[in-house]
Amino acid sequence: MLRKNFDNEIQQVKDSVLLLGSMVEQAILGSVETLKKRDIAGARRILEEDQDINRKRFEIENQVMILIATQQPMAHDLRLLASIMEIISELERMGDYAKGIANINIRMGDQPLLKPLIDVPRMAQKDVDMLHRSLTAFINEDLEAAKTIPMEDDEVDALYNQIYRELMTFIIADPKVIERANWLLWVAHNLERVADRVTNICERTIFIATGELVEIDNSDDEFWKQK
Amino acid sequence: MDMKLQTNHAHLTNGDAPVKVDVKNLSMYYGKFRALSNIDLVIREKQITAIIGPSGCGKSTLLRTFNRMNDLTPNTHTEGQVRLDGQDIYAPGVDVVEVRRRVGMVFQRPNPFPKSIYDNVVYGPRLYGVRNKSDLDEIVENSLRQAALWDEVKDKLGQSGLALSGGQQQRLCLARALAVEPDVILMDEPASALDPISTLRIEELMHDLVKDYTIIIVTHNMQQAARVSDYTAMMMIDDQRSGQMIEYDKTEIIFTNPKDKRTEDYVTGRFG
Repeated sequence: MLRKNFDNEIQQVKDSVLLLGSMVEQAILGSVETLKKRDIAGARRILEEDQDINRKRFEIENQVMILIATQQPMAHDLRLLASIMEIISELERMGDYAKGIANINIRMGDQPLLKPLIDVPRMAQKDVDMLHRSLTAFINEDLEAAKTIPMEDDEVDALYNQIYRELMTFIIADPKVIERANWLLWVAHNLERVADRVTNICERTIFIATGELVEIDNSDDEFWKQK
Repeated sequence: MDMKLQTNHAHLTNGDAPVKVDVKNLSMYYGKFRALSNIDLVIREKQITAIIGPSGCGKSTLLRTFNRMNDLTPNTHTEGQVRLDGQDIYAPGVDVVEVRRRVGMVFQRPNPFPKSIYDNVVYGPRLYGVRNKSDLDEIVENSLRQAALWDEVKDKLGQSGLALSGGQQQRLCLARALAVEPDVILMDEPASALDPISTLRIEELMHDLVKDYTIIIVTHNMQQAARVSDYTAMMMIDDQRSGQMIEYDKTEIIFTNPKDKRTEDYVTGRFG
């Protein structure tokens, strides 16, 4: 039966999305781990692996295009495939944030970290945890999880604010550290953006499950509101 | 944390075109067999409404109730109402010939009469008493132009309609239907016997014609329904094998977010 083939192909695409998600999770954790160890070779590996992430994203995009062209999906199938296009784009951009962190690591050269990384790995861990669960919610079309995971973005924002404040104290104490503080601030900023993109994935899961396009206001500009 | 709804599905009663055909609690019987059960449906003016559903669900039967074509089949009767511009076409004393003039029909297979192209188009108007040659000539040109056939046949109007290609024959049948100036055009799978190019021409024509006419189309082709129609009605049979209206909504909703699981299953190819 034709429908069975279509269902199998949709399942394969979903599996590919999970694989892409896992590559991105590894990239995020790896970029922070190599930064923590100031492992430049490791950072270069992250850059190379980002190419794999990009290739995988295009591969999935192509799979989805073929399914749209050959199966003319409707209703739930259409929402699912359209959303997968969005989700893989979000994942690819998360990969770019990891690449950005690896680039910062490389550009720092032989300069030591301004301070030992404590909250930055926490942010990365929280990002990956949220990302992982958001993709599980996507696969299971778990509406409840898709609605609650974005709320955890506040934790990531809080860590970002904490890092910001701490780095400011370093700068005030010794303005010569501005560049090194700035690098870390960018690292934290990248990790903060990852959580925002997790929210976007959750919005797509809500759309797949309900057909409603919702914008979850997860107060990602909380930091700016405080200023 | 705030979840803001970005879309708001337009409700059918808000800001829609006026009602052209109002079907109320319509049931239709072949002898004792109830082919349609309690159909409620609103057809809006100068819009294209597609009727979809699995084979044998009563789509064509429903379409034929809109111009009392089922009357031609022995032992049929209907209950309920089909109001055309507010008037029940099944009420006693209604002129069936006038109903069929106002509600034209194009069938699945092109069925031109074995006559010239000209005579095919003027068949209806002559029946209704138009005799003047220049009036008839004008009707022929206007109707063939509306059916996007004029340029292809203007030099051979005396030729048999049967000598045309399948796509041209179907457009000739459309011109024949348009010649009597109907309000509503019923199309029963008008492109199912045509090649893809001829199919697209018919679809483009529908797009042009809907500026002046109300169009109701029965189609098995999901993509066609999605492409051409403004509203879609989904039918299915119940346990008694009687046709029912399952869901009716704007086409964009039926094909992206239908409310009824059976519609979802049908449009995604899970059955039918």
